[in-house]
Amino acid sequence: MSTDESGSREPILQATGLVKTYGRVVGLDGVDLDLYPGEVLAVIGDNGAGKSTLIKCLTGAEIPNEGEIRLEGRRVQFKRPQDARALGIETVYQTLAVSPALDIAANLFLGRELRKPGPLGTVLRAVDVKRMRQRAKEELAELGITTLQDVTVPVENLSGGQRQAVAVARAAAFGSKVVVLDEPTAALGVRESRQVLELIASLRDRGVPVILISHNMPQVFEVADRIHIQRLGKRAATITPRSHSMTDAVAIMTGAARA
Amino acid sequence: MNQQNATAAAEPDLAEEFLDRSTPLRTVRNLLHRHPAISPAIVLIAAVAVFGGLNERFLEPSNLSLVSQQVAVVGTLALAQTLIILTAGIDLSVGAVMVLASMVVAQTTVQNGVPAAVGLVLGLAVGLGAGALNGLLVTRLKLPPFIVTLGSLNVFLALTLLYSGGATVRGGDMPDLLTLTGETFSLGGVNITIGVVMMLVLYVALALILHGTAWGRHVYAAGDDPEAARLAGIRVQRVLASVYLAAGAILAVAAWIQIGRSNAASPNTGVDLNLDSITAVVIGGTSLFGGRGTVWGTLLGALIVGVFRNGLALVGVDILWQTFAVGVLIIAAVSIDQWIRKARA
Repeated sequence: MSTDESGSREPILQATGLVKTYGRVVGLDGVDLDLYPGEVLAVIGDNGAGKSTLIKCLTGAEIPNEGEIRLEGRRVQFKRPQDARALGIETVYQTLAVSPALDIAANLFLGRELRKPGPLGTVLRAVDVKRMRQRAKEELAELGITTLQDVTVPVENLSGGQRQAVAVARAAAFGSKVVVLDEPTAALGVRESRQVLELIASLRDRGVPVILISHNMPQVFEVADRIHIQRLGKRAATITPRSHSMTDAVAIMTGAARA
Repeated sequence: MNQQNATAAAEPDLAEEFLDRSTPLRTVRNLLHRHPAISPAIVLIAAVAVFGGLNERFLEPSNLSLVSQQVAVVGTLALAQTLIILTAGIDLSVGAVMVLASMVVAQTTVQNGVPAAVGLVLGLAVGLGAGALNGLLVTRLKLPPFIVTLGSLNVFLALTLLYSGGATVRGGDMPDLLTLTGETFSLGGVNITIGVVMMLVLYVALALILHGTAWGRHVYAAGDDPEAARLAGIRVQRVLASVYLAAGAILAVAAWIQIGRSNAASPNTGVDLNLDSITAVVIGGTSLFGGRGTVWGTLLGALIVGVFRNGLALVGVDILWQTFAVGVLIIAAVSIDQWIRKARA
């Protein structure tokens, strides 16, 4: 049914038989997903195929009714996004989920601010702005994001691509195990999309596995190692850009062909 | 299809870049955008200069002392209001909560004979209780803060009158601790009250907390874009509830300052100060849309309102025209805020 080129390696993230219903509407109908270390797995599918619901279940934004999720072989259950995040699953949303008035460093550390050492940090809970800015600079440099030099600039002064770069950097930082990108280029122009695609490649080069949800076939075929095709709440197939063409992918997506 | 979409999306982007020329006006706007306290500072300096020029009595120490005392109560209310407006909320009940707290402090000590310190703690409890009520209604029932506090404003006003029977408690009957906030000391010829000092201490403390703690950053993030804050792992509802609680505590301190300022606790004084507190916050450059503003801007805003009212009165302008002037100030401040908010690159 699926073309699995990863051989016998253990998946880092594995979902089996996920079911999610909203009243009578079936969002996920027993879907499976496997993500292997160091790969970019694209998830494609028509509107209503269950892409978003699948991703929400994997990242803790929704709780599946049935099925199980395993991270590094261990069964995990997420009640809220923080749970998934705490275990190293980071998500970047298409809505450019950054806080515009806060600066780049503050956004990178939002929700997990570094405290000052000593009683200032533990008792008075003071944040260590200097150290956060330093770490932010290092993180951006490591990801090869050269367009963001000054980490004290408010995010609202950045372009859409730069904002998304901040969001991706936030997800990739802090030793995350899996980065999930939900339509990261949907709101961006051509040049800015390119920056984000390069960022995805650089994540993979650092060994961080990526799940990329996208509508954009050329982008998917350019950057993905494997492609999970979602159809009618199930996994219709997993293909690779080498084994199938875009036309094949669309045919599977729409049900005109089988893998 | 997808590629066409991508190209279409790119066009406005390129156009925007093309138009992005750095004009002097744009530079000013970006500066104001990064430092929202600049414009109220300019207005305050200009107002002081104009009123000082129009009437020599304005800059006399006795008058400056009066202005500072007038600002102390509104300034403290405005501090609580700033916290709430930073989360894109609004609190119409600040004046009513303060009056209720002040009546509880005064009545329990004078009529029920509890020690002054215990009376103040009871006042704090009233402030926290009111904050908790507003906060729970906003976060649990998801009601708009405007509606919640419009309702609780009336509830607290009614409770105040029911509890106090409409009677004023005179400062002379109270223990000294309660009227301590009205005591003065001289600073370069200007008489400063303990209440003014308390207000300033609160400002410094809240400024440090907002900028130096994770909670402070989360307040800004929650007001700026609640969804983005939630996705970043911030428990937005919890932050909102804590903001209403903190505001309630500040209102209890405002009640103490109010008792010292008027040397009495009256169920009818200060109930209309909620609008003045909003005015101070807005003039101070804090955005009603949340996520943007500083407590120092609010202090400047409170001073501007105080200086305008006092200065216009000294120059002999009718009180109705003073109110008119404050109204114009509000509209001007919000217009500038809207303009500044367009400064996104």
